[in-house]
Amino acid sequence: MSQEVIDERIGKEYAAGFVTDIESDTLPPGLDEDVIRFISAKKGEPEWLLEWRLEAYRGWLEMATPEWAHVHYPPIDYNAISYYSSPKSFEDKPKSLDEVDPELLEVYEKLGIPLHEQEMLAGVAVDAVFDSVSVATTFRSKLAEAGVIFCSISEAVHEYPELVKKYLGSVVPRRDNFYAALNSAVFTDGSFVYIPKGVRCPMELSTYFRINEANTGQFERTLIVADEGSHVSYLEGCTAPMRDENQLHAAVVELVALDDAEIKYSTVQNWYPGDTEGRGGIYNFVTKRGVAHTNAKISWTQVETGSAVTWKYPSCVLRGDNSVGEFYSVALTNNLQQADTGTKMIHLGRNTRSTIISKGISAGRSSNAYRGLVRMSPRAEGARNYTQCDSLLIGDACAAHTFPYIESRNPSAVVEHEATTSKVSDDQLYLCQQRGLDAEKAVSMIVNGFCKEVFRELPMEFAVEAGKLLEVSLEGSVG
Amino acid sequence: MLTIDNLHARVEGKDILKGLSLSVAAGEVHAIMGPNGSGKSTLGHILAGRPGYEVTAGSVTFAGEDLLAMDTEERARAGVFLAFQYPVEIPGVSNMEFLKASVDAVREHRGEEPLDAVTFMKKAREACKVASLDQAFLKRGVNEGFSGGEKKRNELLQMLLLEPRLGILDETDSGLDIDALQVVAEGVNSLRGADRSFILVTHYQRLLNYIQPDKVHVLAGGRIVRSGDASLALHLEDKGYAWLEDEVA
Repeated sequence: MSQEVIDERIGKEYAAGFVTDIESDTLPPGLDEDVIRFISAKKGEPEWLLEWRLEAYRGWLEMATPEWAHVHYPPIDYNAISYYSSPKSFEDKPKSLDEVDPELLEVYEKLGIPLHEQEMLAGVAVDAVFDSVSVATTFRSKLAEAGVIFCSISEAVHEYPELVKKYLGSVVPRRDNFYAALNSAVFTDGSFVYIPKGVRCPMELSTYFRINEANTGQFERTLIVADEGSHVSYLEGCTAPMRDENQLHAAVVELVALDDAEIKYSTVQNWYPGDTEGRGGIYNFVTKRGVAHTNAKISWTQVETGSAVTWKYPSCVLRGDNSVGEFYSVALTNNLQQADTGTKMIHLGRNTRSTIISKGISAGRSSNAYRGLVRMSPRAEGARNYTQCDSLLIGDACAAHTFPYIESRNPSAVVEHEATTSKVSDDQLYLCQQRGLDAEKAVSMIVNGFCKEVFRELPMEFAVEAGKLLEVSLEGSVG
Repeated sequence: MLTIDNLHARVEGKDILKGLSLSVAAGEVHAIMGPNGSGKSTLGHILAGRPGYEVTAGSVTFAGEDLLAMDTEERARAGVFLAFQYPVEIPGVSNMEFLKASVDAVREHRGEEPLDAVTFMKKAREACKVASLDQAFLKRGVNEGFSGGEKKRNELLQMLLLEPRLGILDETDSGLDIDALQVVAEGVNSLRGADRSFILVTHYQRLLNYIQPDKVHVLAGGRIVRSGDASLALHLEDKGYAWLEDEVA
């Protein structure tokens, strides 16, 4: 396809780009121990958690920004960021949707997440995060019947302190990395899930995040604990309004799958990617990691089309024997977006197995890198990994990179790596157009075909959304 | 149906068609023969609107419309179908999904509702039978891992479902064994009708044993140098093209 056509189609606007006018109780920019004390006090946290945060902060002060990723952006002034913001009308948290600010609900309607409908559709419980405070949590009672805990992490701190204390930071330690340390110091909210022994969570758990306050970094903290023999599928979807300044987002997600448990974590991410010249957009520096105990399984599925800069490696520590880790990823970059994303599969137990299917799509002038580590420890007898890493290029101004790291310290371990790079060819487009499809539909179809293996892994309703999302994300970029 | 007048076309800076004129009436089947490099395939791509193929002079009228003013997909929706000589693969996109999208695009252009899944499946299964393709091919990626013959029959399958007004077969017969050749020929014959025309681009006379052409044209040096009835093809089979090239020179 010609550069001309690509340029012409780049002119599309970000569909979710709007700002809602809701008064916020926002902390002035800057970060020091007092800010952390303010956050902790605001949330009425116990002393141990404040100390935990302060310890993380002190660690963070000694750390440096990681620079090994294949992304470029100006240095971030962490003192220019406000670390707390909450919509004012939620000083007293709503008990039901009726109490929720209608304007806020409208935001979700615009984003295609009608809470009212979702409530009726059943099967999905929503813990919606608007800026830093949980807005509405539905289906709590139904989940409670099954003994499932699904609430904001702030609530969990008060109601289930022993669980939070036991598992918080157990997978991603406070000083794990620069962004994880920052998150540990200043996290404001996020989700907490606990599935009791032997329970199969009766519905998909879903959280939508949204950044709404100018210049406000958002630092979610998510902790999911699946007790022995339990099963849970968790969906995370994100979007943010258009804005000029870059916004930092440094989340931490920790998954704990105890013996025989299974956690499936799916993400659709379409945060504001910046405009066609790369202005604005979200910086997405996320640490996601899960620990799988004996016979447990952790599966990450992600469809990433948003953010200006992405730095993200959902990982599995396969600690127990026979545990299984999976990573299915579609990462699409357009315009001047940069993504450095992939996974880490750390095989510690015997007969552990992991599968990595990564699909990177680069369009416009974007840069898309897969970075993956497969490590077979000396104890990982009979461990196996299969990695398939495919890149698809659209146009001739984009870039795709693959950085696979393989470390095998056990001679019986088997590691397979396959990689391909292909282009949406002029001939493919011509065939489609000769059959009556316009170029945009054709590219969307070709890209969807390319991603099929990953979409298959998404829960049904998410798969549809993901397909739609790719179409929207490609609208401006290709011909 | 189709009137080509004094068509000049250029591909990658090289003049290929140099004043080609051709008229195909509704319901007619025309065969275009000629030596390698004479511009046969270029003609097909020019009519289909392949990007990068440049018309430098002349006009093409299709069903009363200026074909050259239309985009590639508009031509397809208006009923121009090109069966490719080298069909490309589209991995991961199932034949079914691809065909449904194509058929719906053409129907939308005609102001018709998209076909419901059941009706479409029924039509697709019938088309599979005619094209002698197992129904399993509907679920496979477009041309993904198909043999040469399967790809050609897949082109026929698409043509059967899209029911074009003008079907252009670009050397669809090359590389086909005799059985597959008959399948393709029967498929084309089944589509023949008063409102539908065909242009068969071919090297060999043998295809014309199965599809009876109304006219045969010889393309050489970017122009039609000789036209006749089916007997011209037999004559060419016998004598080759050399005698014509001498005439052109």
